[in-house]
Amino acid sequence: MNQEPEVTLASALHHGLTEAEYNRVLDILGRTPSFTELGIYSVMWSEHCSYKNSIAQLKTLPRTGKKLLVGAGEENAGLVDIGDGLAVAFKIESHNHPSAVEPYQGAATGIGGIMRDIFTMGARPIAGLNSLRFGSLDAMRTRWLFKGIVKGIGDYGNSFGVPTVAGEVYFDPCYQTNPLVNAMSVGIVQHSKVASAIAKGEGNTVMIVGASTGRDGIHGATFASEEISEKSEAKRPSVQVGDPFTEKLLLEATLEVIHGDLLVGIQDMGAAGITCSTMEMSAKGNSGMVIDLDKVPVRESGMSAYEIMLSESQERMLLVSKPGMEEKIREVFAKWDLHCVAIGTVTNDGIVRIYHHGVLKAEVPAETLVLGGGAPIYIRETLEPVYLQAVRSIDVKLIPEPTEYGAAIDALLRSPNIASKRWVYEQYDSMVRTNTIAYQGCDAAIVKIKDTEKYLSMKTDCNGRYVYLNPRKGAMIAVAESARNVVCSGGTPLAITNCLNFGNPYKPEMYWQFSEAVAGVGEACRVLDTPVTGGNVSFYNESPTAAVYPTPVIGMVGLIENRKFITPSAFQSAGDDIVLLGTNRGDINGSEYVSALHGICGADAPYFDIQEEKRLHECTLELIHAGLIRSAHDVSDGGIIVTLIESATCGVECTGFSVEVRNGMRMDHVLFGEEQSRIVVSAQRSKRETIMDVCTRHGVPAAVIGSVTNDATGHIQECVTIDLHAAKNIMSVAIGERMEEVVSAIL
Amino acid sequence: MGRESVKKFGVVVFPGSNCDHDAYHALKHVMQQDAEFIWHKNTTLGDVDAVILPGGFSYGDYLRTGAIARFSPVMREVVKFAEAGGTVIGICNGFQILLEAGLLPGAMLRNRSLKFICKYVTLKVENAHTRFTSACTPGGLLKIPIAHGEGNYFADDDTLAELCDNGQIVFRYSDEHGNTTDETNPNGSLLNIAGIVNKQGNVLGMMPHPERAVESELGSTDGRTIFTSIINNVLHHSS
Repeated sequence: MNQEPEVTLASALHHGLTEAEYNRVLDILGRTPSFTELGIYSVMWSEHCSYKNSIAQLKTLPRTGKKLLVGAGEENAGLVDIGDGLAVAFKIESHNHPSAVEPYQGAATGIGGIMRDIFTMGARPIAGLNSLRFGSLDAMRTRWLFKGIVKGIGDYGNSFGVPTVAGEVYFDPCYQTNPLVNAMSVGIVQHSKVASAIAKGEGNTVMIVGASTGRDGIHGATFASEEISEKSEAKRPSVQVGDPFTEKLLLEATLEVIHGDLLVGIQDMGAAGITCSTMEMSAKGNSGMVIDLDKVPVRESGMSAYEIMLSESQERMLLVSKPGMEEKIREVFAKWDLHCVAIGTVTNDGIVRIYHHGVLKAEVPAETLVLGGGAPIYIRETLEPVYLQAVRSIDVKLIPEPTEYGAAIDALLRSPNIASKRWVYEQYDSMVRTNTIAYQGCDAAIVKIKDTEKYLSMKTDCNGRYVYLNPRKGAMIAVAESARNVVCSGGTPLAITNCLNFGNPYKPEMYWQFSEAVAGVGEACRVLDTPVTGGNVSFYNESPTAAVYPTPVIGMVGLIENRKFITPSAFQSAGDDIVLLGTNRGDINGSEYVSALHGICGADAPYFDIQEEKRLHECTLELIHAGLIRSAHDVSDGGIIVTLIESATCGVECTGFSVEVRNGMRMDHVLFGEEQSRIVVSAQRSKRETIMDVCTRHGVPAAVIGSVTNDATGHIQECVTIDLHAAKNIMSVAIGERMEEVVSAIL
Repeated sequence: MGRESVKKFGVVVFPGSNCDHDAYHALKHVMQQDAEFIWHKNTTLGDVDAVILPGGFSYGDYLRTGAIARFSPVMREVVKFAEAGGTVIGICNGFQILLEAGLLPGAMLRNRSLKFICKYVTLKVENAHTRFTSACTPGGLLKIPIAHGEGNYFADDDTLAELCDNGQIVFRYSDEHGNTTDETNPNGSLLNIAGIVNKQGNVLGMMPHPERAVESELGSTDGRTIFTSIINNVLHHSS
């Protein structure tokens, strides 16, 4: 057997530990670590596993609420009560770095990982969402990434059999080398069937189940904690390979053993594989483990202890059996043709001991390795970025008014950020499990909870440009918009999960963005009463030239108590009033119009007031609950013109609208401004006065701006008339046509 | 509806099936029939009146869609059941398995776009005289979703001619006016074929998912006509 390499300060630095962290390892162990131990500490103390540079900020987020059954960081995902003895488990996670070098597998395993986080809690995943960011579609590399990532998500999710129901895709040159791939999973579990990621009970059997362990993905977690560079290509072996078929079997077998009450605890193996699961489960139970790596089913011979411990092979779980239940557990996994092997036992001295070929390869106190235990915590230096001075000095009002509004609107609709994402979502099975409501446009995805009257509404949101221009306000807007989308669909926002995608935290300007954005998320969540159930931080989203926009993606889940509250975004009937809730302010700061048509990113995020937003949500929900409105669609990217066009074209039949919106302001500012806290609703004329009364009571400005027509034209008085069939077609094919260019170029 | 008119459907569960529960739910809870799962390792089908091979990715669809599933122990029984005149419907992956098992002629290629496609399509009922379509209007249109990566039906010219001559083409992809053109063909299938029956008329394979179109809030209830036809036509095993 090969001797392990000698461990020195140099090898520790090579593993990504700092000198101070290495000294801390020496102090903890009272000796030089073995090579396997060095691997364990380096991966557990990596940013990805330890949250060492973010946890202090994350703890400022509101993480309690009367409906939270499991709070942030306590288990693999948050858990929120939805009544009927049921809870919803949900979480979002990034897979940016693997996807940057190997888009298909990187994205696919991102889906696999987040699904495991949900079903390891005993919850059956019922929906997947994803939030993607790419560079400009003009670049061939972007198209390669876009195509591969979407296919990776589709192939994994489709085979796994969980519908992909919603998401968002943005394109901006800042994501050119470093795309963002954030995946969210939502699951349902009975309160009494929730599993915990804990190891306890001296002598209980520790088992590994699912796929065998190979050399794939070694040091994936460490890789995720570095900036993307030319050298990243060489890290492709750090990317794991996904097998959705095995994951599907693992899902069924796992739920069977959890619901059969056979387990003490269970944890999925994501980043840092056996290392992370043994350490975290032990630390949570104040216990320890003795593990014999010779028993781990491996894919190839000659794997060292180091490799087995750090492998990130997918579709595996670690579980602790209840006494005497081992055989029943084996039977379940045998039925699903999966490995189920006892690899050790639980101890009670807090030490995890790893043996390989009869030799003790690692002996480490579990508590010293984990977040909340001995893992380091840093609060980094912050500095307001210099670029903010420059962008703030831009006066977007100097941009001249378009001479030809029709052309400007067409160009805006053609922007891939505004255009329909049909090219993407048709590659996803959005209907499997037959719970997905819709097909006529809703601001959020709606999924039925079988055997109840209830529905879940869910959406991810974040406009990175807003956050770049004003991190605190932009982050608040991300929370507000996700909640607003849920509200428009008829749901009451419950809680969020977040995926915080930022640059290198060791750069003070990046850390300033991060801490400002976290403060913004916290403030918005407190006001909107949507606690943070957990999530994920992804730092080092940088290339040699620049960082990505700070992109704190928010995944919001809301509850729709009754079918009759479900509200489409499409106009329903000609003659209905079109009512604007909120105020047009003509604020084109940070807008898609200014960015897509004029190439300018300035000067600030658009107008936003969190109290105004809260009143708007309460008012809209009351209008929906009272049955007063027939459609609701929020005003966001592209401004009110895009909202109106979408409401007229996303239904079964194309309707139309005739509105008057100028109100003394410049027409381009009104049509394209993205000031927040606005919702366009439609309603029967007979409801007009009641609606106005409700709005007045909530302190929400409301105005009838026009009416729904049935002539498939959009008529903006004194400005422009839009052919809506043509507009719909532009939006529908814009992305697909760009992607077809790739095919012809390659052929 | 009296119990005597309730039919018993067996939904085969392969490893990797993922529309098994949807088919079960559609039959049991929406169509109010008896339904039970049949595990792929089973060597008997029990006393079912009709067998459903559901959608999904049996055995991961590794190698080729349906290629491994057709060797499952249960498939020997399904073949026997079909050869004895029993009613079998294969949906999506189930259709692919029926092709691999030789119970239906032809083969599936990857969609011509080389992409997975999930969306509602319109089907034209080409033959309303089968036990799967007798409740449909001849030439009528059904709105039913597809969700597949390999639904591009292929067969040689002789087979196609035979399918046409025998009225074995049951569903074709069309537009909302019943025109079956290249534009309405989502995946490149020859003759816009979406579903076929065997010569005896007791085995149906279709790529669209009728089990996804049985509740209005999900977008369509047109899938019910197919299940209603089967319920009306299959004989109930005496029990």
